[in-house]
Amino acid sequence: MDKITHKVVVLPCSGIGKTYGALARETAYELAERVRPDKTVLTCLPLLVINDPAAKKLVTENPVITIDGCPRDCARKSLEAAGGKASEACQAIKFYVAHKDLKPEGLAQLNEAGRKLAKLAAEDLAQTVDRLAAQEKT
Amino acid sequence: MMDIQVTKVGIVSCSGEERPEGTVCRLACRKVLDQLRPNETVTICLPLFIAGGEEERAFASKYPTITVDGCDKMCAAKATETLSGKPGQSLLVPEILKRHGLAVPAARRDYGPDEEPAVRAVAEEIAKAVDKTLEEA
Repeated sequence: MDKITHKVVVLPCSGIGKTYGALARETAYELAERVRPDKTVLTCLPLLVINDPAAKKLVTENPVITIDGCPRDCARKSLEAAGGKASEACQAIKFYVAHKDLKPEGLAQLNEAGRKLAKLAAEDLAQTVDRLAAQEKT
Repeated sequence: MMDIQVTKVGIVSCSGEERPEGTVCRLACRKVLDQLRPNETVTICLPLFIAGGEEERAFASKYPTITVDGCDKMCAAKATETLSGKPGQSLLVPEILKRHGLAVPAARRDYGPDEEPAVRAVAEEIAKAVDKTLEEA
């Protein structure tokens, strides 16, 4: 697979058992589909778990933002196990700490407050995406 | 020797953030865990096979396990077999949807009534697999 240049890889937690995992994933979708679709690309975390060569190449040759849903830090640790290093590693709960009026709930799909929080989180991370993408160009 | 009765089945879902089939997979697994077979199923986050400890890696030896994948990369089945133990059954979302004559949803999120038939079809197949596993245990 060719290197995808000037794209920032967004790697969210893949858990299906915790609300903050769902928030991490929704934030990643907001970034990749709405806020910075031209500068970001999503990949499936389990591809790193099975050592998929294309996924490993993607995350070792491009800047990566990991968004974890719990302190187990699966996204960051799986990235490191695949030979990559997060340019930015964050936990989804930090976005709730910054916006206590938006309490996320839900496992399969987030409630309205959770979806609003994901939009704000993605807008917050957009600055990091811009910085990392600019570094890739230089 | 004492017989140990198996009462729980482990469900390991692909997370498939890249593709709509992954979303169908996650939502179908949650439907089984929360609504269709809440007392008979448990789950684990797939990356915990790497990021977790021995307890997480022992998942497939503690529970008969059903893996559910969204694409033919079969991450859930391969990761479970390699890092935890051989799954009892491996299901693939595109095959289930094809058998039911259902199209793969176009979107990766914000699922509603239009996507519900696909999610329900997959969830019902998982529930059947859970019943079969418990009958055979």
